[in-house]
Amino acid sequence: MRLPHFLSCALLLVLMLPAQAAIVAFEFDDPAKEARFKHFGEELRCLVCQNQSIADSNAELALDLRRELYKMIQNDATDEEIIDFMTNRYGDFVLYRPPVKTTTYLLWFGPFVLVLIGLIILFRVIRSGNKQGNTELSTEEQQRLQQLLKNEKGEG
Amino acid sequence: MARYLVPLGIFIVLAIFLGIGLTRDPKLVPSPLIGKPAPAFTLPRLYEPEKNFSNEDFAGKVSLLNVWASWCAACRSEHPFLMQLAGKNIITIYGLNYKDERDDAIRWLAQYGGNPYTVIGHDLNGRTGMDWGVYGVPETFVIDKKGVIRYKHVGPLQPEVWNSTLLPIIQKLQAE
Repeated sequence: MRLPHFLSCALLLVLMLPAQAAIVAFEFDDPAKEARFKHFGEELRCLVCQNQSIADSNAELALDLRRELYKMIQNDATDEEIIDFMTNRYGDFVLYRPPVKTTTYLLWFGPFVLVLIGLIILFRVIRSGNKQGNTELSTEEQQRLQQLLKNEKGEG
Repeated sequence: MARYLVPLGIFIVLAIFLGIGLTRDPKLVPSPLIGKPAPAFTLPRLYEPEKNFSNEDFAGKVSLLNVWASWCAACRSEHPFLMQLAGKNIITIYGLNYKDERDDAIRWLAQYGGNPYTVIGHDLNGRTGMDWGVYGVPETFVIDKKGVIRYKHVGPLQPEVWNSTLLPIIQKLQAE
């Protein structure tokens, strides 16, 4: 059975509704506030289902945090106040972008260090490859070559 | 020789790091509240709603705050151990009934063997739990005589973890 295109499109739209509903539940009259709400909803990690942001998650805790975020944004809380509210309770772990400090140096700079190490290894491999390609023979090798050639002549 | 030792070295370092990673539970998030005074709250008690339970009740003794709910399956598994602990009188056990209906909570305690808590705060909307950074019930906080949070255990409280981790911390705090 083949559904007409408009029917299958309509079906898809209906299926998408629950995903939209999570955000739409909070209404803003100011689009700037709504943008902030969306921004923070995506920057904060839900601790119950750790691979979802609080905007994505349907966990009870995520809903509570969205409600709290909504209240703070309606009350014109600063970015710092919002971040502090979250990290004072759940630690840096709630932030998808943790702050740069001694405990997170490895997290932030580790990848660059790895790339650097990779480049150094690559550079050295290329250089040693060049050395192997060297066709000049050392005097020792020249002597051995002469000897081998001599021996071959003698046998022939 | 070095040609083989370098990759081997890298492999060993990686294996050690990944090995350590395997032994850690990503669900356990370190609490930023350790070493800080218990967040302020005032809640109605579960059994006597006209009376309050607040952070000031922690003063003067080492105590536990156990966060639980009737809808929490893991709470059922730790409940017999909490009852056993309450019977031993080693430490005051406070309860935080998190996002639960009063009737459900009272019925649950009656059904599963009694009430191990000295006082239970009724956190209907979960706002106090949020201030305490609760993200997965059951959770158990160890609070010292000054009302400072000293340890947090996430997950059901069982004899093994009690004997190996919580009891030594509590004994140290009680001696302070």
